[in-house]
Parts: sequence; structure tokens; C-alpha cells
Amino acid sequence: MSRISLLVNGKTRVVDVDPETPLLYVLRDNLELNGPKFGCGLSQCGACTVIVEGRSVRSCGVPVSAMQNRSITTLEGLGSSTHPNYLQKAFIEEQAAQCGYCINGMIMTAKAFLDKNANPSETEIKEALNNNLCRCGTHLRIVRAVKRAAHEKVQTGKV
Amino acid sequence: MNTKSISRRQFVKGASGLIVAFNLFGSHMLGQSIGQSGSGPDGSPQPTELDSWLKVGSDGIITVFTSKVDLGTGVLTTLSQVMAEELDVAFDRIHMITGDTAETIDQSQTSGSRTMHKAGPQLRQAAAAGRQELLKLASAELDTPVSQLTVNDGVVSVVGKPSQNVTYWKLLGGRRFHVTITATGTGAALKVADAVPAKNPKDYKIVGTSVPRIDIPGKVTGEFTYSQDVRIPGMLHGRVIRPLQVLSEPTSVDESSIKNISGVVKVVKEKRFVGVVSTTEWGAIQAAKALKVVWSTPDAKLPANRDALYDYLDSTKSVKDQVVADNGNLQSGFSQGHKTLEATYHWPFHMHGMIGPSCAVADVQGDRATIWAGSQGTHRTRKAVADLLGVPERNVRVVYAEGSGCYGRLCADDVAEDAALMSRAVGKPVRVQWMRHEEHAWEPKGTGQLMTVRAAVDAQGNVTAWDFKDRYFPYTAAPDYPLLASMQIGLKSNGPGFPGNGYEYGTTAGGDLYGFSNQRVVCAVIPWIQNEQSPLRTCNLRAPGAVSRAFASESFIDEIAASLQMDPVQFRLKCPRNEKRTAELLLAATKKAGWVERPSPAVAGSGTKATGRGVAISDRDGAIVAVVAEVEVDKPTGKVKVNRITIAHDCGLIANPDGVKNQIEGNVVQGVSRALLEEVQFDELGMKNVDWNSYHTIRFQDIPEVEIVLIDRPELGFLGAGEASIIPVPAAIANAVFDAIGVRVRDIPMTPERVLTAMRSQANNNSKA
Repeated sequence: MSRISLLVNGKTRVVDVDPETPLLYVLRDNLELNGPKFGCGLSQCGACTVIVEGRSVRSCGVPVSAMQNRSITTLEGLGSSTHPNYLQKAFIEEQAAQCGYCINGMIMTAKAFLDKNANPSETEIKEALNNNLCRCGTHLRIVRAVKRAAHEKVQTGKV
Repeated sequence: MNTKSISRRQFVKGASGLIVAFNLFGSHMLGQSIGQSGSGPDGSPQPTELDSWLKVGSDGIITVFTSKVDLGTGVLTTLSQVMAEELDVAFDRIHMITGDTAETIDQSQTSGSRTMHKAGPQLRQAAAAGRQELLKLASAELDTPVSQLTVNDGVVSVVGKPSQNVTYWKLLGGRRFHVTITATGTGAALKVADAVPAKNPKDYKIVGTSVPRIDIPGKVTGEFTYSQDVRIPGMLHGRVIRPLQVLSEPTSVDESSIKNISGVVKVVKEKRFVGVVSTTEWGAIQAAKALKVVWSTPDAKLPANRDALYDYLDSTKSVKDQVVADNGNLQSGFSQGHKTLEATYHWPFHMHGMIGPSCAVADVQGDRATIWAGSQGTHRTRKAVADLLGVPERNVRVVYAEGSGCYGRLCADDVAEDAALMSRAVGKPVRVQWMRHEEHAWEPKGTGQLMTVRAAVDAQGNVTAWDFKDRYFPYTAAPDYPLLASMQIGLKSNGPGFPGNGYEYGTTAGGDLYGFSNQRVVCAVIPWIQNEQSPLRTCNLRAPGAVSRAFASESFIDEIAASLQMDPVQFRLKCPRNEKRTAELLLAATKKAGWVERPSPAVAGSGTKATGRGVAISDRDGAIVAVVAEVEVDKPTGKVKVNRITIAHDCGLIANPDGVKNQIEGNVVQGVSRALLEEVQFDELGMKNVDWNSYHTIRFQDIPEVEIVLIDRPELGFLGAGEASIIPVPAAIANAVFDAIGVRVRDIPMTPERVLTAMRSQANNNSKA
């Protein structure tokens, strides 16, 4: 066991865990953050995505020891149902979910992508999300939501 | 409106916090510890009591109790619309308690596109009865006859004198109705208060509008509690260890192999069941991976590959021929024909492919248990767990917590048993989630099918004979069959009659919607190969068997049209059809798609890309769909890309147009994925593709545009939108591929290799001819 300090959603959190534990289980089980989801544990589906210092990362595939003192953002760090951020708001407006289990990964991947590419084409959005799996077939709405969010961001300059 | 939304959300959020409180029911009888339960012999709610369905809170919230659950389709929202509409209250006042065995009547499991179709009217009538009782109370309170009263958002007032009013919550807030209503039948056939007059759909204000889904804000912010997110105090983590092959015996379990893994509480061994419990999830995962278990080589073998599977389906005598249609005289029909056509179509095993592996939390304390699981039917899960633990059903409470998208019977029940067994073994609550390879291997799959069609047409292009035969496996993991853990501990076996009659893979979509005068449509049930469960176990997968049969029948209708050099739409309109709405749907879809009348195939171009269009129709319990697919085929590689799907959809009364569109888009995308990409690969022992890199599903770059025409028919009531629109999608794509390249692909999935094979095979035939 090791004490590891993480900066999660802007707050310092210290956990005492097996350093090899993938970040996903620390976020979910130790910090009780339900945004990131276990989907495959193989970095194939994207349901567990979080943002580490601006990059989208599959939290099932990185040991927590590699995250020491690093800044991690989860879905909860973006906003809440009463104060959703621009992407969450766009997903609500487009009703872009069915079961919603993949949606954490879609929003977090899109967030990291839009932060680097403010005005993407539809083709670029699809390319950015191509390694995130959705089984309910909500893809069309997800793309519309990301487009709406990108537009909103450009219009208002919000981050 | 906004204020109400927030208060509602806070209320719902508060309610989810009750999950933990429910756990500790101590020494009380389950029923007594829970406010809403009824007066049944075991404290369970009774359908004849209005209080079993509705509760009017003093805070103005109306709680509705239903065993139907939201599997990610949004039915919780649409059922709330139905209740708000019938009660004349604002949508935000409705709060749903779903799938809790202690609090809800068993209205049958949530499946088969039947929630709105069957449970919609049950709940609507309970609401109508509730409104009637509330008006009686208001009549006494306001000293005015019911006929002189009007209701607006739960405020009952005297017509023309709005200041004389009283609210539902003042009349009844926090108290019970204590009213008996009529209830006959059970499950989906339950008829509730059916003599009580309900609103005329013409007067609907909430039903029929695109009310935003109540679950989405929580789902996009991490606030929603999935079954995977349920945590209770003192909870441990379990993982189960199963072979990825035909279920066999663990001949040795070497516990020393995990002695260096910290946190392991116990290796749970009961006969053929093996699991590990740990203080941490990561510890359980590592231990399950590292534990050395030797599995016996099973006696039973699966077919060695897909060709062997189809040979087996073809050569094995059926245990039952389900005759769907048999009318006229087939023999004379064939003799009247000018020409006879015949074709065979292959459909592989498909996965549901749920994104979040099955998960449950069980808390077994002595002879009582509480389970949280994403089960489609919590009442059936309760029975399974009660049997497993050897306790009465009333001692087990199963509380629904939504899992990830579910398109048929999956493993929420199996994992509930796994969790219960491990919780009993350690005397503490245990959370179990399956790993990805287990979910891929052990989810029950849609069966492979072998379909043959033969038809005759006369000189005028009339179909004089239609002979359709489907050969498939029955369910080997039907909804109420023994679950894996029960079988592994030797408590239950597959039993006599395995794989079981009575659970067949549906029967519709074998061309029976046309009503040809001489026809036979038969679905032959081929006995499953061996008596052990395996990764090829079967159960219902979205519109069971109908997607595949429509692929065969609607492809074959196109083959006939092509042989007559007729436009495929015109040929369908010429055929007799049992339901005249199909013509309207066909015309609506083709008009929207800009369909140009001509026979298929299209005139071949010289480039490497060929484009084509195809059409198909279907009827699922009265929900009718017509689809036009537009594809592009890359001739050198055989890769098919679906550019656009245009769909006309009639599911009767539309409760929530955007909700229906969301379902249609999902059905179309899954249909394209299954048609082009998906196939379970197996060998004699088990399944070969147990991750997402080997079982391919569609990704963003291959998603087509989807154009939707909704046709609303309030007079027909709710007919269900969960499954209807996937049915004709693969057929329409196959027909479009034929239109593009003049080659008929009769094997699913239509992978580039298979398209190339079909092209070469046709080229060879042409050169021979």
C-alpha cells in the first residue's frame, strides 16, 4: 500500500492503496466518483475516460502511482444537473443518451478534443470519438451534442 | 416550470439515497417496514388496492409504483407522462418507484417492446381510478357534484368559480386511498380498473409531447445511480471465475496461487462455483485473474465453426415445427407458377454487447437478503435468489437499479445469484461485477438461423406460392430458466426437456405480413447440441428472430421483384398485404428518400464505387415500419458503407415523439452494425471473440444519416417503439447492396470478404452460363 496524493476536480485527495491499482477503481471506490465507468478494463471502449492535465485518458489502463500529484478531472468536475457545463448542457438539450453508460467517455473525450479544436467539422468530431463505443446507437445525437457545444463555446467564449 | 424541475430533481435524488436505508430492515417483516406495501399474505402489494399503484404525498408529489423498469429507453419518462396526463397534474409531480419487489406489483418483466403497449394501459387505468376517487373526495369537500368540477395541476375547482378549490394533496396528502379497484389476470395480461373511463386521446396535453427525459441530467453529470454505482456500508468486492468454454468442473483450485494478493477475504468454492471476495475491487480482480483453477475438459462439444453449425441446423430433425401460416394449397400454387425461385439465407449468433458488464450488490443476513440489480424482471430475480438461498420469497427483496443498455435477457440475474452466494459465504454485503471477457462469453446470445424460401410467380407477376422455413435453436437461457450459479452448485439443472419447449425465438417476419393465398411459414426448433450451458447459450435479442427472418423474407421479395424486372416498391404494393397501413408507410418512406421507380439492380457504372438503394417493411405486433437504405459499395474491397437510412414508423399513439426518434435511431444503428459487422466466433469448446477488438460493433465514422417520418395514430393506442424499427434494416441494406452491384449477399454479416466472395461466385456462374 502507498499513500498517493491526487488533485481531483481541483481538490487534493490522498489515498492509501496498492500503487498498481488502476486509477478507475481509486476514483470510483475510494473517492466515490461515479462518472467514470468500468466497461472493459482493456482501454477499448472509453467508458472510463477522465482528463489528466488536458488529455483524455482511459482510467482503467493507468496505475494510480503514475498520477501522483497530477490534476485529474472527472465528469463530476465539469458540472452538476443544476449547473451543467456547456457540454453537459448540450447533451441534455440534444437528449443525447439512452442508457447513458458510455456518455461519461463521450463527454470527457469531447471536452479534451474541443479544448484543442474549438471549431471542428463533423468529420473531425466523428474521428475524435471513433474509439468510444456506444451500444444503444446514440451516435447521431452525441455528434449533434458535441457540435452544439462547440458552437456554444465559440459563441460565448465559455470553457 | 423551472422551479418545479429543480424540486423534482432534488426529490428524486433524495429518493435514490433511500437505497442504503432500505438495506437494513432488521427484524421487521419486509412488508411492514415499507410504507406502501399492501395487505397480501406476505405483505406484498395487491393489484386490487389502489394504494398499490399510487400515493399522493402531502408535498404535492404523486408516487407511482410499477414493476416495469427503464432499461435506457426512456419509458420512465413516457409512463410518467401517461400518469400526469390521466391525473391532470404537471409532469414534474410524478415520481416513479420501479422494479422494487417489496413495493410493486409484478406486471411481468420489461421486454419485447411491451412496456407502453401493455403496462401503459394498466397504469393509465390506475391513474383514472385515482382521479375518480380524488374527485369524489373533492365533491364532498366542495359540496359540489363531480360533474361541476374541473382539475388543473391537481387543483380541483368548481367550474366557473375558480376560487372554490381544493388540492389533491390537501384531500389525501400522506394518507391512503383505502379503495378497492378491479384487477383480473396477471403480468402483462393484468387488467386494472378497466371499467373506469379514461381520457380521450384527443384531449391529451402531456402525452404526445417531447417531454425531456428525466434521467438524462443525472446521466451526463455522474449523479445517476446505476446498479454499478450502488454502495452500501461494509460492502466487499467479489469476482466470479468461470471457464470461457462449455461449463465444466473445476478439478483443482490452488489457493496458494493468490497468497501474495492483499485484501483477499475468501475463495468461495461451492461444487462447481468458484469466486473470490476481497476488501477492494482491484484485489478481487487480481485474485480472480491469478487464482489457478484447472477446469475439466467438457464432454460436450460445440460445432467446430460456422459451417458446421449451419450443417447441424440443416441436418437435424426439429423438436417442433411452429406453423405460423398455412393456407391455400402450396402444391397447386407451385404448379400455377410461371417460374420458381429458391434461396437460402444465413444468420450468425449475435451478441447484445452491453457496454457495462453485469453488476449486482447482495446483502445476505441470516435468512434474509436484499439485492440491487439491473434486472428486467426483479420478481423473477427474487424467486431465483430465494431458491438459491433456500429461504421464502418474502425474505428476499430485489431493488431495481438501472444497468447499462439491455436489449434482451442478459446476466443481471446471473450476477445477482453470484453476489448472493458470495455474500452468504462471507456474511457481508458483496458487490460483483463481471469482467469484459465474462460478459462477452456468458451473455445469452441471439441464435444463429438458417432460412430457406421458395416461391412461385405466374406470368402476371403474382406470387402463387410462398414457402418459408426458418431453422433455429430455442432459448437455452430463457428468462426463468435456472441461472448459472444455481446450476454450478447443483441446486438446479437444465432439467427434463432441456433446452425447453415454449421458449422459441419468435415467429414473425417470415413473409407472413403479405398474406399470400398459397403459403406456408414454418419456424422449426432444432434441439440444442448438448446439455451443458456454454458461451453459445441463447435467449431473446431485440425483436427476437424477426430481424433475421425479415432479412431473408424481404431480401427474397426483392429477388422476386428483380426476376420480374419490377421496381421493389411497386412489387410490394402489388402483393396482397394483411395490413393496409403498410402501403402508406412504404409511400411515406420512399417519398422522403426520393425513391425513383425502376427495377434493381441499377445500371452498372464504370467507377470503383457503386451506389444503390433498397427497401424493406415489417410489422411487429401492429407496429409497422418501412425502411429505405442507401449504400455505397467499394468494388475492389467489397466494403459496404450505409450512407443514409430513411424510415417511416407507425407505433400507434405516440407518447413522446423525441423519445420514439431516439429509439428509432438506436434501432437503425444497431441494425446496421449487426448487418455489416457482427458475428460470434466459436470453436468446439467455446467463444473466440471475448473483447471489443474481436467482436466488432459500429463506430462513429460508419454511422449513416437517419431520416425519420413518424406517423401518429392515437386511435390505435400504444403499440411499442423499442424494437420495431430494427427489423427491416438488414434486409433493406442487403437489397441496396444488390441494387448497387447486382450481387445478392445472403450471409450476415455482409463483411467485405463475404461481399467479395459473393461477387466472385456470381462472376463464376456468369462465365459458366
